[in-house]
Amino acid sequence: MKKFILSLFVLASFGFYVISQNSSNSSNNFIVQTPIDSPNNTNTTPKNSKSVAIIPTIPVVKKPPSNPPNDSNQNNQSPTPPVIISPPPKKVGLYNDGTYVGNSVDAYYGNVQVKAVISNGKLSDIVFLDYPRDRGHSIQINNYALPILKQEAIQSQSANVNTVSGATDSSGAFMDSLASALAQAKA
Amino acid sequence: MIIKIEIADKNIDEKIFDKIFSYFEKIDKRFSVYKENSEISKINREELSENEWGSEMKEVFGLAEKTKKETNGFFDIRKPDGKYDPSGIVKGWAIRQAANIFKKEGYKNFYVEAGGDIEACGRNHKDKPWQIGIRNPFKTNEIVKKLSIKNRGVATSGIYARGEHIYNPKNPSEKIKDIVSLTVIGPNVYEADRFATACFAMGKNGIYFLESLPGLEGYMIDQNGIATFTSGFEKYLI
Repeated sequence: MKKFILSLFVLASFGFYVISQNSSNSSNNFIVQTPIDSPNNTNTTPKNSKSVAIIPTIPVVKKPPSNPPNDSNQNNQSPTPPVIISPPPKKVGLYNDGTYVGNSVDAYYGNVQVKAVISNGKLSDIVFLDYPRDRGHSIQINNYALPILKQEAIQSQSANVNTVSGATDSSGAFMDSLASALAQAKA
Repeated sequence: MIIKIEIADKNIDEKIFDKIFSYFEKIDKRFSVYKENSEISKINREELSENEWGSEMKEVFGLAEKTKKETNGFFDIRKPDGKYDPSGIVKGWAIRQAANIFKKEGYKNFYVEAGGDIEACGRNHKDKPWQIGIRNPFKTNEIVKKLSIKNRGVATSGIYARGEHIYNPKNPSEKIKDIVSLTVIGPNVYEADRFATACFAMGKNGIYFLESLPGLEGYMIDQNGIATFTSGFEKYLI
């Protein structure tokens, strides 16, 4: 339950941040971070291209007087989920329902712009209106920001098929068989 | 490379087999970098100027350039040593041409396979879509998935069979290690093959690039035996 409230707050804070960007002239607060490498890989990304993810973080912003912060929440550069320190109190119905378009923000590899959807006073959706897509390495960014794909452990199936697609054909087996035949054929 | 053909149509004229096999022989003679006197080897030795190239060679190079642009350089037939190896696109392209020969002769239910890439048209002898397995990269005599394919192309890029013969053109010295196999299903085997090659070079990101392309589905297997697949892939499962 705690986790749920925490994640709700993360989303709500992000939405709040987006809304505050609308009314403020503050500059880019998006942080470009390197993605989390999976524990059993050391360096899976090519050296001369940049794999980055754009992750909304809890920013340092001017908060409206009705919601006095009691901390200076610093943007965290490490690749862990945003950590909230002493969150300001959450009020139901803090936001007005509607859709709010954030600023177009320079994320170095291109611009990012999001739209926040508020329903019943809460952030219900975040929509990407713009994201870096016109440079080679930006494709890697988009891939991190886009949908989560299904995964499974591979499992052997019974081989009732017409044929098999593989990285090569069965030429490994073919060559072995041919080699053994030729070995017998050797005078 | 082994060429495999199966025809389910009732009336088969045996001449079609010779036609198809001769076609592939011709392709091999022209495009094989392992043949000293192939057109591509002559080009790589700079013995042919571009206006001396045959029309098929020009066509393949044109398609390769187009694919390079569409994949932001992840598909590139020019290798680190400066020589050209168009095999990542020729295979699918040639299989599709071969399938067109079949269709011209009136065949409707058949598949053509070369080097693990397949163009499957119509239905098999049991009047079902062609049943195509995905090879287990860790145990090549096993399959890990069964696909139901009708009028589609299937191509697999991988590194298990002959060592790491695919690399990232953007960083040639770095071998692709995080994924071992990527199978692509496309509207035809030419599309499936070129994107299988390009997306495999992208490593783990390739499946996400594939997800963004309409009409193409994929099944990627990483070095831990975990598969990731695109959102429309499951419609091809039996």
